[in-house]
Formats: sequence, C-alpha cells, structure tokens
Amino acid sequence: MEPILEIDGLTKIYAGGLKALDDVQLTIKRGEIFALLGPNGAGKTTLIGAVCGLVRTNGGTIKAFGQDLTKNWRSARAKIGLVPQELATDMFEEVGRFVAYSRGLFGLPSDPARIEEILRSLSLWDKRKEQIRALSGGMKRRVLIAKALAHEPDLLFLDEPTAGVDVELRRDMWKLIGAMRERGVTIILTTHYIEEAEEMADRVGVIRQGKILMVDDKAAMMARLGRTEAVISLVRPIAELPSSFADYPITLSDDGTELCYRGGDGSGKGKADVAAITKALTLAGIDYDGIDVHESSLEDIFVDLVEHSEGETA
Amino acid sequence: MIGFNVRSTWAIYTRELMRALRTAFQSILAPVLTTSLYFIVFGAAIGERMPDLGGVGYGAFIVPGLLLLTLLSESTSNASFGIYMPRFTGTIYELLSAPVGVAETLVGFVGAAATKSLILASIILLTATLFVDYSIAHPVLAIGYIMLVAASFSLFGFILGVWADSFEKLGIIPQLFLLPLTFLGGTFYSIDMLPKPWDTIALFNPIVYLVSGLRWTFYGTSDVNIWVSFGMTIGFLILCVGIIAYIFKTGWRLRD
Repeated sequence: MEPILEIDGLTKIYAGGLKALDDVQLTIKRGEIFALLGPNGAGKTTLIGAVCGLVRTNGGTIKAFGQDLTKNWRSARAKIGLVPQELATDMFEEVGRFVAYSRGLFGLPSDPARIEEILRSLSLWDKRKEQIRALSGGMKRRVLIAKALAHEPDLLFLDEPTAGVDVELRRDMWKLIGAMRERGVTIILTTHYIEEAEEMADRVGVIRQGKILMVDDKAAMMARLGRTEAVISLVRPIAELPSSFADYPITLSDDGTELCYRGGDGSGKGKADVAAITKALTLAGIDYDGIDVHESSLEDIFVDLVEHSEGETA
Repeated sequence: MIGFNVRSTWAIYTRELMRALRTAFQSILAPVLTTSLYFIVFGAAIGERMPDLGGVGYGAFIVPGLLLLTLLSESTSNASFGIYMPRFTGTIYELLSAPVGVAETLVGFVGAAATKSLILASIILLTATLFVDYSIAHPVLAIGYIMLVAASFSLFGFILGVWADSFEKLGIIPQLFLLPLTFLGGTFYSIDMLPKPWDTIALFNPIVYLVSGLRWTFYGTSDVNIWVSFGMTIGFLILCVGIIAYIFKTGWRLRD
C-alpha cells in the first residue's frame, strides 16, 4: 500500500533543551488506522504537531501525499485534519457556526448539508444552536471531531480522542472512526487506552523519549511478543515433572502443587500447548482441578516494551 | 508555494466581525458613548467658550483628534484581542494547521479589525453632527487617511496580540503608551499653543503626525506638513507588515 505520510530523521529540541523527537522514522500507509502509543511526555503530541504545522522542527523531513510538507504545505494541510488533545474551543460560539467555520478556514465552499451530516453523525445536530460552554466535556470533544471532519480530510490525527469521555461515548467514537476508515480516511491516533488500539488499529507504533521503539502490524506484534500464561492446579503434589513435559516451557512450584506454563507467541500456539499439556497430564495419571489461562494483551506488550527500554537507558 | 486562499480569508474575516456583533455593546456602543461624552463636554459645553483655532471653531477642531483617539484604541484592541484570544483558548491550533499563510491571516484578522474601526468612525462622525458643527474639506482623502490609520493600528494590534502572554500585557501598551501619547498628540489643542521647548518636544510624539494629518483632511490646516504625516503613517504600516512577516516566518510566539 502506498505511503500517505513519510517521516525521516525528524528531530525536535525545545528551547529548554528537551529532545522531544529524536531522529524519528515513520511511514504511514494510506487507508490504515495507526495507533501511536507511548507514556506521557514520549513525544506523541510533538510528532503530530510537527506534521500539522504547530511545531517547528530542528531537523528531518516530512512528506505527505508524496510531497515535501515544507514546500507544499498548502495542498497538504488542506487534506489533513487534527483533533487536539486539549478541549480548545471558543466557549461563546454556537456549535453549528463553529464547525462551519472550520470548513471555510480550510478553503472549502459552504455546504450546510455536509455540516448537518457531520453533526448528525456525532449526535450534535440538536445542539447546533447551543453555545459550546453549555456542552459537557464529551460533547465538546465531539465538536472538535466535527471541526476536524468539516473539510473532509484524507489524513486525520486524533490526539487522545477519548480522553475523559465515558464508556458509551468512547464506543460511539470507535464506531465513527471505523466508519471514517470505511470512507478511506487514514487515521493516526494516540491513546492511553491500549484496548482502544487493540480494538481498532491495523498497525501500532511505540514511542518513548522521542524515539520510535517499534512499529509493526498489530497482529504480527502480538504474535511476536505475545505470551500465554497458564497455571494448572494439581490435586496431589508431585515431586518432579515427568520427562514427557521436557519440550514445554513448564515449571513446577516449590510445593509441587502447581504447574506454570509460560510460552506461546500470541498466535494461539500457547493455548494449543496448554491443551496438549492437560492431555499429557491425564495420560500420566496426574489429576488437576483448575486451569487459569491468561493471554497477554497489547497492554502487557506495551508495558514490557517501555519497561525494557527504560532498563536499557537507565 | 505561493497562493492566496480567498475562502479561508473570508471565513476568518466574517468570524471576527461576528465576534464583534456578539459583543456589540463593548465593541461598538461603548466607544461611541465615550466619544459622545467628549463631544458634549469639550465640544458643546467648553468649546462654546474657547476661541477659534486656525479659523476653526473649537468644537469642530477636536473632531479629527477624537475620531483618531477612538480609531487608534479600537483598531489596536480589536486586532490584539482577535489574535490573542485563540492563543489564550488554544483554538490557534486550527489556524496554524489550516492551509492559510500570513496574507490570509492578516487580511482576515486585520481587515476585520479595520472594518470594525471604520464602522465606528462612521457612527462617531454621524454622532458628532449632533453636538458640533463641522465640515470635511477633503472627504476622499479623509476616508483614505482613516482607512490607512485603521489598517496600520490594526496591524500594530495584531503584533501586540502575538507578543502578549497575559491580559495585563495586552492592556499595557494601549493604556500606558497609546492613550497618553494621543492626548498629548494634539487631540484637544494645536501644538502651536504649547510653550517652548514643549512644541518642539511634541514633534517626537508620532501621534502628532497622525492627528495633524487627519485634521488637514478635515480643515485644510495642520501643525505639520500633510506629506510628512502621510509618509509617517505609511512607514508605520510597512514596519508593522515587516514585523508580522518575521513573526510568521519564524513562528515566534505562535509555534512551539
């Protein structure tokens, strides 16, 4: 799939000396949902700001839609949308006018029907005449999304789109993001909710201290770094593991009452191993009365990656 | 890439004008009321007892100065608030990420601020007819000069709005510098009336040239040569445009 965004060697050092982006290399494919994960202060918002023209960079290049962003910023920006992390709104403005303004600002002709469609899709139509200050935090977030969609972007940045919103609204937003993908919009989102990335993303990138630690397909990343953990409780303690279990990554607890399996690759191999182990236990005449299986989530992988990199840099 | 996005400019311009309508009392009625009070006190009440200045009745003499007083303060504050508020609320992100450059931003924000000032100027001139008897010798030049001053100080206000990082700073320049300089710039008197050396010192006040220039378009007489006034105003406008171009080029106070 052709790239829609190519970032090469991007560096940003703030006035105080903080290196927010450190030689970032990143390519985003057209039509994908890309989740950028990282702890607070990792550089996610700075990276988005650099692409959207909010941040001056110290080095590197950004190509959007195949063209250098510094030279062709007008045509590129017209096709890029941004939902910022902060709830930045004009409190006294009416919802409908505020959204319609965004369309005009990005150089598109007035289109009330399109604005209505966007407002309805975000359940904002009934609020179109209300001042923004009268809305809840979640509704304000919807207004920002509506503004970002008003100029029909091909590439959309969602910086913590569901921060501070309730579960119901979060689910609604996931549906909306899915619908945008159906229309061919490329979406780059940052989030603290790893389940959000797990639910929606095609690919995942992990950033920490301004460096991209890893970029991979979500499924491939989970297959490569995922693990299965299973604890099998034995009815009677055993002194040692039978030799038939030598091929499995199993340990026996000190009191001999629990077998602990830690292996697999996130692709289902671990579950298959656990099934085979239970069959072997039965054949060996070893009774068990409980199995607790845990598949590692994207969150586990993310925490492992970040903690591992912290250990390396410490 | 060179270009000018007309729709974007129109969006900024109309939004800024709508903002003024939303705050009509503060933006339009308040300055008109204040200026009317000046006309009543200095024009109609005290002016009746003052001698003519250069063949012009005192009430009429102060019309250009009072008009300029409002033009300077309103152009500056409208434009400075126009760009400061998006910075303060964070909505500046949208402007910075939009396909608009310095030209669209300036025409949008500064054009709207200047338009508001011109609307105000028209209302004030109409209101003045209720209190004092005045005429305009060079109406076309007067309109042109008013537009030039409104544009120049709207640009100045824009710079102020980018520079300020607090509401206090936003008010410092208009209140502590612009207002005193305007009062001392010949709004209520001709600098010929000042004793030496104050008449010479007054020439270091740039507002003197603005008041004098506008007064010339009204009555054909002025404290300083009209072309000097015109040149000073054009020079100020060019300086402001240069500073704003620098701001956009470097992203000073706008981009991290």
